[in-house]
Amino acid sequence: MDFLNALVAFANFVFIPATAYGAQLALGALGVTLIYGILRFSNFAHGDTMAFGAMVTILFTWLFQSWGISLGPLPTALLALPFGILGCMALVLFTDRVVYKFYREQKAKPVILVIVSLGVMFIMNGLVRFIIGPNDQRFADGERFIISVREFKALTGLKEGLAFKTTQGITIVTAIIVVIALFWFLNRTRTGKSMRAYSDNEDLALLSGINPEKVVMITWLIVAALATIAGTLYGLDKSFKPFIYLQLLLPVFASAIVGGLGSPVGAIAGGFVIAFSEVMITYAWKKVATYVVPEAWAPDSLVQLLSTDYKFAVSFVILIIVLLFRPTGLFAGKSV
Amino acid sequence: MTDTNRNILYFVLVGLLILSTGVLYSWNTALFVLNFGLISAVMSLGVNLQWGFAGLFNVGIMGFVALGGLATVLVSMPATPGAWSAGGVGVIGGLLMGAATVVAAVVLYAKMQAGRMRGLAIFALLVVGFFVYRSVFDPAVARIEAVDPAFLGYLGGLNLPVVVAWPVGGLLAAAVAWMIGKTALGLRSDYLAIATLGISEIIIAVMKNEDWMARGVKNVVGLPRPAPYEIDLQNDAGFVETAASFGLDPVTASTLWVKVIYAGLFSVVLIVLFILAQRALHSPWGRMMRAIRDNEFAAEAMGKHVTARHLQVFVLGSAVCGIAGAMMTTLDGQLTPGTYQPLRFTFLIWVMVIVGGSGNNLGAVLGGFLIWWLWVMVEPMGNALMYYVTYFMPDGSGLKEHLLDSTAHMRLLTMGLVLLLVLRFSPRGLIPEK
Repeated sequence: MDFLNALVAFANFVFIPATAYGAQLALGALGVTLIYGILRFSNFAHGDTMAFGAMVTILFTWLFQSWGISLGPLPTALLALPFGILGCMALVLFTDRVVYKFYREQKAKPVILVIVSLGVMFIMNGLVRFIIGPNDQRFADGERFIISVREFKALTGLKEGLAFKTTQGITIVTAIIVVIALFWFLNRTRTGKSMRAYSDNEDLALLSGINPEKVVMITWLIVAALATIAGTLYGLDKSFKPFIYLQLLLPVFASAIVGGLGSPVGAIAGGFVIAFSEVMITYAWKKVATYVVPEAWAPDSLVQLLSTDYKFAVSFVILIIVLLFRPTGLFAGKSV
Repeated sequence: MTDTNRNILYFVLVGLLILSTGVLYSWNTALFVLNFGLISAVMSLGVNLQWGFAGLFNVGIMGFVALGGLATVLVSMPATPGAWSAGGVGVIGGLLMGAATVVAAVVLYAKMQAGRMRGLAIFALLVVGFFVYRSVFDPAVARIEAVDPAFLGYLGGLNLPVVVAWPVGGLLAAAVAWMIGKTALGLRSDYLAIATLGISEIIIAVMKNEDWMARGVKNVVGLPRPAPYEIDLQNDAGFVETAASFGLDPVTASTLWVKVIYAGLFSVVLIVLFILAQRALHSPWGRMMRAIRDNEFAAEAMGKHVTARHLQVFVLGSAVCGIAGAMMTTLDGQLTPGTYQPLRFTFLIWVMVIVGGSGNNLGAVLGGFLIWWLWVMVEPMGNALMYYVTYFMPDGSGLKEHLLDSTAHMRLLTMGLVLLLVLRFSPRGLIPEK
């Protein structure tokens, strides 16, 4: 019995990765939920918006690297991030002007907008592959670990090591900053309040003189920023591959729906619910179990509930359960 | 120009496109386009049932197509000797036990009073059930996968003619569609979209990982064919003679002839399904469906059971996709779960339906052929385009190479563009609903 080592193993393999992944999902789901709240459709192009923002960031990272600019121990990508956000904003605003605006004026049904977003998804996906290619891209540099396994062992004298990657630390810190800024904006500023008013009741908001086009524009700008940050953090932490972002769509949507579509708090909660369930259900608990139970009971098998290939199934099952028992999500979102 | 004339013109144009492919490239390519066009047309008929008739937004077509492919293996391959005795009972018993656990949980939920006790009881039941299921299922799977793992290692199938797999594929897809429809229909329209997107990913994940079923990513190759093998034809003196009388060498003639046989089989399926869909559209049932699509509340007020009708048409449409999936795997002659991608098998079909004309069966068929032709031909056309774009660039420049390499991604751009342009300027498609 060795609870301390068990705890360290748990933190190393479950808690830290799941927290970082949850933060990435939460940022993605915030974008989906904002679009849903203001523009009232499920944006299927969101995964590829994330990919596009991340791609622009990567291109700038390479540029800075070739100029020899770096942030020392931090990845250069952080320096490139604002440029990625600007690039993504430009694309998203352009898309809105050329594509979505027409349907908004027509007052098209939400499902038509969803199909339109499919078309946008195709184009963005093609664009990303066209520019950067379909392969894996590595762009992380700087210090790899905040605490590496060896340092941790030397520090604590425990048998079990703990690694805390820089990218994980950055993900968590950035997510906290972004979320605080977003909530400050939504709750404290005039524009943010007008956005919430528009989301709650469109007609009433229009009557009180809120300019809908401005609200929509601000929404797209925020969504582009969130998507780029989420996409870049995910790419830093794991790796950048255009095709992965299409697959991220499912957990991101699951997070947004589990939390309650249209509810920003819900999106964050949903992100962590999905991330922790995915990691905990697909993690092989053998190591942790061996420390906790008496030696004679140590398990032979991996004690893995589901193989990691089924991680999508986990988010999906949670999604279905929530849909069946609480169709509006954990934090009552809206249903149109 | 009357509608009929216009429709005939469209189909003649698409026929000419395919013919010109035959003249300019090769007849093998043209027949390849035709065969996959026929399959695509069946798929878009299925999606048109769901979207055009009833306004249901299904983005899980890939999953139903893959289930059709799975049916091909389960029906047509011979049973693996020794695998059934090694673990057949265990696998089937394990799956039944898993199903029984779920059913018992549902019964508990219905019978017990709401409250903490019910939650605890269901949770305990599910946990115990899961471990019992795993303890029966896992060893059986290991035994099956140990049977000649390099070539077999799966249960095999029923050794029936492969054509039987087509309706079976439809049934399999229908069963899964029923389960999904039962949970997600009746909720908001977006939820069906997300639920179908999820289930299709899961179906692919299961097919990739459950090696005992259809070898997973190790693929099942050499599926039985409804058409003769090329090599047999080439050794057949009568066939060689006939080919020679057309001025063809035996190798080309045999590949062409096999493709023609497939085209004939697929055409029969397409025509039968088309007639059925057309009858359904013009029946009182079809009118009811469109009434529900156009105004759910009014239809409900007239006493129509909206959710039940939605479920019905969702199952039917998915079954058609399953049939198409089985046909496609038959044509490929192998099941390769790794190749199923949502862009190719879900979203492309959507482009077909919308471009062709949602709500119109003829339109869906036209869209199937036209968009498939475009999908195949965009790449050579893109290559040609890029060749001229980069013509005056110096050889060996990075940009030139990058541009030449990236023509492979032109497809996505083109499809997205086509979809957006049609939605914007001709939202009812080439052959609009009457």
